[in-house]
Amino acid sequence: MNDIVTSTPLLTARGVHLSFGLTPALRGVDLDVHPGEIVAVMGPSGSGKSTLLHVLAGVLVPDQGTVTFDGRDVGAMGEAARARLRLAELGFVFQYGQLLPDLSAADNVSLPLMLAGVPRKDALGRARTWLQRLDLADEAHKLPTQMSGGQAQRVAVARALVGNPRVLFADEPTGSLDSLAAEKVMTTLTDLARAAGTTVVLVTHDPRTAAYADRHVTVRDGRATAGVVS
Amino acid sequence: MTAVDSADVLLGLLGTGPSHGYDLKHGYDRLFGGGRLLAFGQVYATLARLLRHGLVELLGDEAGEGPDRKRYAITAAGRDRVTQWLFRPDVPSPVLQSNLFAKTVVALLLGDDADRLLDVQRAEHLGRMRALTAQKHGADLATVLACDHALFHIEADLRWIDLTSARLTELRQEVAR
Repeated sequence: MNDIVTSTPLLTARGVHLSFGLTPALRGVDLDVHPGEIVAVMGPSGSGKSTLLHVLAGVLVPDQGTVTFDGRDVGAMGEAARARLRLAELGFVFQYGQLLPDLSAADNVSLPLMLAGVPRKDALGRARTWLQRLDLADEAHKLPTQMSGGQAQRVAVARALVGNPRVLFADEPTGSLDSLAAEKVMTTLTDLARAAGTTVVLVTHDPRTAAYADRHVTVRDGRATAGVVS
Repeated sequence: MTAVDSADVLLGLLGTGPSHGYDLKHGYDRLFGGGRLLAFGQVYATLARLLRHGLVELLGDEAGEGPDRKRYAITAAGRDRVTQWLFRPDVPSPVLQSNLFAKTVVALLLGDDADRLLDVQRAEHLGRMRALTAQKHGADLATVLACDHALFHIEADLRWIDLTSARLTELRQEVAR
């Protein structure tokens, strides 16, 4: 852990402000995320934690302040460059999986690879390998509606990690699951991320989900407070 | 939640069949130790007390896994006691006014930073939850369930901390009256 904390941050936010109309969502956020660490961003509803995730991931651009990824100023990039960054270097898992409903599990997992130019046959092969690692080989041909919520969410984890992203952003990844399914999703997500050295930014209001992280930061009223490194 | 009563648990373990103090201690540690192992002295003192109260009896000298020769068996009275213990519900949340509640109120009375107090406690609770979650990783099911029990209780405390944080202004006004 000390090695992680003393390394150069992979992702930084400095003095980040963002408002939606007249409503301030982020009011001067400073945050460092180091390579390979798993950081939980916690806070009550409406505190700005999901907005912070979207800003860190380059989905939203701050009104003031800077976000850097591996030394690059994300806010200074154009929309197309930020989209390329997200496709090539970032992965995403949301509360409701966001799997495409008309595609099988294997097709959903292979999709980011095909968008990145990997031939369909190779992409499907890699997708099936990932599903096998996640104990989901029997679900490869199933549509999202034919799987349990926990299975669908683990497929979403596979889809997020199949392209070997440097940072995985997870927004309430266990929000719609029961305790046992949530545990399986978080164990899968953190085991795979740690094995690959993938950095994880995990937004959650649930302390049991946050407990899988190395440390937490709390967002309250649009400001972030650092937690404690275990 | 009520703490584990090792005498009741040892009696319960004897309900599965006669045993020696040495084997009982290791059976207890395996299932319930969770980093806090039972001392041999406590096991033998408890068995002596259970014997005095007629809840266990001596079956005579016969070597077991360990060095001791005394073999104990549960009596009918002992089995009744175990049944009573199993089906007597524990008192939910026996402490109404916790130390943390008292600290919060005193901080407000003194004009100290109650927000910080709650933040410090939140960080401590989350740290403990991280340690318990790490302990579950690859552990046997008994350990996983014991950790889950602790995790859910800590989570309940955290929910109280979050709710109290949100109501501090109101509480400050109330204690100032």
